[in-house]
Amino acid sequence: MESVTGAIAFWILAVAIIGCAVLVLTVPNIFHSALFLVGCLGGIAGIYILLNADFLAAVQILIYIGAVAVMLIFGIMLTQDVVKSNVSNHYRIPALGLSGAFLVILLTAIFGTNWQTQSPSTEASTGSIADALFSNYILPFELSSVVLLTAIIGAIVIAKER
Amino acid sequence: MIDFMPNLNHFLTLSAILFTIGLFGALTKRNLIVILMSVEIMLNGINIALVAFANYTIVAISGHVFALFVITVAAAEVAIGLALIIAVFRTRDTIDLRNINLLKW
Repeated sequence: MESVTGAIAFWILAVAIIGCAVLVLTVPNIFHSALFLVGCLGGIAGIYILLNADFLAAVQILIYIGAVAVMLIFGIMLTQDVVKSNVSNHYRIPALGLSGAFLVILLTAIFGTNWQTQSPSTEASTGSIADALFSNYILPFELSSVVLLTAIIGAIVIAKER
Repeated sequence: MIDFMPNLNHFLTLSAILFTIGLFGALTKRNLIVILMSVEIMLNGINIALVAFANYTIVAISGHVFALFVITVAAAEVAIGLALIIAVFRTRDTIDLRNINLLKW
């Protein structure tokens, strides 16, 4: 990414994504945290556009914001106690220490590795994703459709009134 | 001194921070739906890392395909997770993790 506008967009999106992700865990009303999750996922779609992943940005908006977020809000509506339900257990301090240590390990690995980078190509990725899906990744592609079918039937069976 | 122009390390750092926030939420929250949301945040952090590697290194399109599969499995996971949450709510009348302790010895 060479342009200054791209850099400004990255910093705005990064701050918005991390802010929304923190708010998901801190607001008391879980309906609001679902809305902040939508903001977080939308920001990630913007990050995909910055990374020249146009197809994935569209998929992110369609699947995550369109389907997953609506399904989560649906689940919130079906279970009671919306207003003061985003509560924590008493493992906050150990969990903070554990995830902080994990973040330090990850950052050490990221900044300690000499990545073999090249300058990114700016051509559209949709065609090459289709080529890869129907050549090298044909078996995982077919398997993922079976996974989805199983998940849908399983969800119907589990949620059905007995 | 932080480099203003974003490069691979910036995207990987964003991904690591998102994963850590999701991990913290999954470890500390008591509401099942919020735990599901935290897992979604973790998966999205991983996806950012995959797409960033696809953009900046020579492996090219594989990262995009992997991210696509992660999104597929995440959608299946949310469907199953919510069905389980609704089933638990119907039988136990709560989705608070403290009260779902039937298997706890």
